[in-house]
Formats: sequence, structure tokens, C-alpha cells
Amino acid sequence: MWLAELPPFVPFYVAALLAGVTRGRIRVLILLAAPLLGGLQLLGIEPGIEVHSRFLGYQLIPFRVDRLSLLFGYLFHIGAFLAIVFSLHVRDTLQHVAGLCYAGSALGAVFAGDLITLFVFWELLALSSVFLIWARRSERALVAGFRYLMMHILSGVLLLTGVLLHLQQGGSLQFTYIGLDGLSGWLIFIAFGIKCAFPLLHNWLTDAYPEATPTATVFLSAMTTKVAVYTLARGFPGTELLIYIGVVMTCFPIFYAVIENDLRRVLGYSMINQIGFMVCGIGIGTQLALNGAVAHAFNEVIFKGLLLMSMGAVLHVTGRINGTDLGGLYKTMPKTATLCIIGAASISAFPLFSGFVSKAMIMTAVLKEGHDWAWLLLLFASAGVFHHAGIKIPYFAFFAHDRGLKATEPPANMLLAMLLAALLCVMIGSYPRLLYDLLPFPVNYQAYDFTHVIAQLQLLFFAALAFVWLNLRGLYPPELSAVNLDSDWTYRRLLPLTVQRLIAIGQPLDATMRRWGTACGKALINTLSRHHAPQGLLARNWPTGSMVLWVALLLGAYLLAYLFEVSDQ
Amino acid sequence: MDKFNVRRVLYSLYVCCAILPIIDFLYHRHSLHPWESWPGFYAVYGFVGCVLLVLIAKLLRRLVKRPENYYGKGNGR
Repeated sequence: MWLAELPPFVPFYVAALLAGVTRGRIRVLILLAAPLLGGLQLLGIEPGIEVHSRFLGYQLIPFRVDRLSLLFGYLFHIGAFLAIVFSLHVRDTLQHVAGLCYAGSALGAVFAGDLITLFVFWELLALSSVFLIWARRSERALVAGFRYLMMHILSGVLLLTGVLLHLQQGGSLQFTYIGLDGLSGWLIFIAFGIKCAFPLLHNWLTDAYPEATPTATVFLSAMTTKVAVYTLARGFPGTELLIYIGVVMTCFPIFYAVIENDLRRVLGYSMINQIGFMVCGIGIGTQLALNGAVAHAFNEVIFKGLLLMSMGAVLHVTGRINGTDLGGLYKTMPKTATLCIIGAASISAFPLFSGFVSKAMIMTAVLKEGHDWAWLLLLFASAGVFHHAGIKIPYFAFFAHDRGLKATEPPANMLLAMLLAALLCVMIGSYPRLLYDLLPFPVNYQAYDFTHVIAQLQLLFFAALAFVWLNLRGLYPPELSAVNLDSDWTYRRLLPLTVQRLIAIGQPLDATMRRWGTACGKALINTLSRHHAPQGLLARNWPTGSMVLWVALLLGAYLLAYLFEVSDQ
Repeated sequence: MDKFNVRRVLYSLYVCCAILPIIDFLYHRHSLHPWESWPGFYAVYGFVGCVLLVLIAKLLRRLVKRPENYYGKGNGR
């Protein structure tokens, strides 16, 4: 059937065009049709399809299907569907069109069989996503969007440079294993790393995502970083460096998450933490670890989406998102609170919820390969996740101090999207086979084993006990309205300050040089004018008569000298 | 939340925390790492880990906390 060769990004781009020129119910139908029809189409596609085309003498593969890309294809359809349902009440053409373009670009990137196609969709992903941030239409969103775009354009430039270098060295354009041999490999690795929020390159995420609209953040959380996880899984599986990067990614953001006030920013930090688990799994590179990494990416899109949706609903209803302003909402928003708690249980990897069945695969793989220290740190990060995402988010939003905020449940479409996500969390958590059967490698892993369940429950319950104990002792850090410095300080403060300092040092130097130069010029002009000005010696008019006299005198003197010389001989 | 409910939640947490480590003695744990087979390893690790997390985060806050308009008006967080 011809449809089998239709790349999955096409329905989304077509829908984006149509959504731009329609409104009302027709647009709602178009928005829903894109992921539903696209998803149905994708279900009929078997791994193994490759569509080739030639462009400027290069052999491109704009559409390639294998089990890995197919899994991410399903995931992005689910993620896009949830985000679209969540944003149906929004009357904003920009957000709808940008959202569809963004989802289409993510699909284009995961089904790209060659590096040039990947680069094109990599850039489209950056460009379409920044409009989701700017759609907030505030000054903060605008500048945060520019910072976000700067990082992503940098990532694109590095990717293109790496790819061209790779080609020049006789490499193939096909997107398969790349590895860290040579400069081209490193450039591509860093390009992927920026999108994957590697430590020190991560700040675009926690800076920009919380500035997007309540609905757009759900879109954003589903795609960009997961595309990066996919590209790392394909290009750099088994790269040992990724284990260490992953461990750092799981550990450092949880400290920031504990002290952060903006609850969507807390979730941004927690997202880096979750991606850390995936990066670690990719670094291990065994079949179990890779299965775990992509399974966790699948689950994270859904449970992080659910948590961001619940916080988006709170922001939509109350107009507030800081821990200092929220609290006690469980009375007025009980459904949202319940759904949020399901998301919190999933991210914390409670048995019967989705995080449990995927994170455990990574942890087991890490231990099996003998990385004991990495395992200990991942375990610490797992307890930490429960602390900041599992307890802190629901606690400060829905319980804690009742601030007496006037609130109601959010619109029905928001609740429906959250309900669907929550159902998926519980279904995957309770019947992991649903997910395991989709994974790239065959799974013979048993998540529900008594030892593992008890161990996980002990870890989580005692983490909760620690929260209660710290709270009762008054040791828990209170929510505060403050900015916490992070790596964005380098380009938001250090760089402008350095430029200002350089200007400050340069200015007196510049003034002295200018004064000196002017003085020299003046002296030169004075000297010249003394001699050459109308009154100057060299510029005086000489009468012709006196010239003739002087010439005659010279001639006379010459004649005399000649005569003396002749008479001497 | 009214006090009665809070107390109910807290007491059920305490009961769970009392029972969970005891279970370790009642069955044979199969473990990949020797530390895993220590009874109560996960419980102690979870509790100590989280307390350390919060205490270190408090120190971190001293280091990185700045006023809300640190990055300029409308540009802060």
C-alpha cells in the first residue's frame, strides 16, 4: 500500500497548515485527527522500510523504520495526542500550529535514516518549539526563548559541522553507530548532549520550559529531550562516558529541585534527573540497559506529561505556580490532586506504576555490569526523586498551608488528558508486557519479583519518613521567592559583566590614546602652518627681479672660481 | 488538611515503616550486590540519603540564592 511509505511527519505538517486557516470546531477536529490518523497509519507500518531519495548527489533516507524508531514514533503520537487534548480549550492559532509542527519535526527526526535529514528536522524542532515558549507573550518568555534558541542553534551548528567533517573523512551519511572516534564524533556527541541537557549544557531546559504557556510546556516536555535520547541510543550506545554523565545528571538536579520555588521548574530539574537514568542505560549499552533506557523514556513522557499537566492546570486556574503562593488546593481541585498523585507515584517508581517497570531494568543492568558506585548514586537519586517530585509537588500545590485561593477544577479537556495519562501510567505499571513487547530487543526481565518490590517499598517509605521527620523538626527548607544561580549565570551574568569590564578598562585607555593622537596632530599642523601658511617663510612670494639678481650673482661666482682654477694651472 | 486526616496518614506511614524492614528477615532475598542482602539496607539508605539531600540542598541554597530581580526587572525568575 502506498501509505506504508508516507513518513509520519507529513500528517502533522499538513494538519499544521490546515489548523492555520481554520478555527472553532473544524480546527479541533483537525488537531485531534493528526495524532489519531497518524497513529493508525503508524500501527500498520512494519520495521524494515527504507525510503531512499537523491539530493545534490547525496543518497538520503528520509524515512527508515526499525524497532527503535518505531517505539519513539508511537511515543510521540501518544505524547502529541495528550498535549493536544490538554490544549483544546486554548484559542491561540500560534500555539496550535507550532505544536503540530513541533510534533511533526520530532517524528521526522526519529525516522530520519541519514544525518542530513536528521539535521534538517533537528533545526525545525528548535525553530517550532521556540514559538511554544514565545506564545506566553510575556517579556520573560521572550528573553528566555531567545536564550533557548541560542543553545539549540548552537547544537544545530555543531551537528552540521560534525556531519560535514564525518563526510569529508569518508564516513557514510547513514545514521547508525557513530562513536567517539575523532573530532566529528565528538562534535555530534556534544550537539546531541545540548538537546539532552547534559550537565552544564542543561540550563536551557530549566530556564525556558517553565516560561512557556501551561499547555505548551506539556508539548515541550514530550519531544526535544526524548529525540536526543533516541539519537544517543542510536549513535553512541555503550559509550562509557555516558554512564558518568548520566549519574551526574541524576544527582545534581535533585538538590536544585529541593530549593526551587517555581513548581514547573522543579519538574524541569526532575526531568534532567530522569533523563540521567536513560543516559546511564545507553552508556551501559547492553540489551537490557538499552531496553530500560528507551522504556524509561516512554514512561517519562507520560508521567512527566501528567505532572506538568496537573501543574499547568493549577497555573491555568489560579494564575500562580510558586510554592510560596500555593497550598490547600485539594479541597477545590480534588480530581486534579488525585491525578497529580498518580503521576507522582509513577515518577517515584512505586510498584504498580509505570516508572517502576522501566527504571528497575536500568538499575539491574548497571549492577550486572559491575558499576557499583554508579548504582549507589542512582539509588540515591531514586530516593531523591520521590522526595522532590513525588512528595514536594503534590504537597506544596495541594496540601501544605491553605492559602485560601479561589479555584475550581480545570476545563473538561484538561481533566480528560490527565485522566488518559494516568490510565496509561497504571496500565503500563500493572501490565508491563504492554510496553516490553514494543522494545527494540526481546525482554526476558521480570519486574515484579518479591525482593525487588519490597526493596523499592522500603526505599520509598523511608524517603517519605525522612520528609516527615525533617518537616516536623523544622529542618525542611521553606519555599522562598528567590533566583537560584545555575549554569545560565555564565551567559546571563558573567559574559555581559566581562564585556562591561573590558569596556570599562578600555575606555580610559581609549581616551588617553585619543588625546595623545589629537595633540600630535595639532603639533604637526602647527609646524606645517608656521612654514607653509601665508605668513610662513616657505610660502612667501619672491619678486622675479631679485631671483634674476641672485642667479646672476651665482653665475658670477662660478665664473670667478673657474678663472682662478684656470690661472693656477 | 484537617488534623485528624494528617494524623491518620502519618500513623499509617509509621506502621508501614515498622513492618517493611521486618519482612527482610522472613524470606530469602536474592541479590546481585552483597550490600543488598543486608537486612534493612534499602530502608537505611533511603532515609539517610534523603536527609543528606535536604541538608546539602540547604547549604547549596546559601551559595546560590539571589534576590528575585537578580537578572533585572522582567528578566528574573
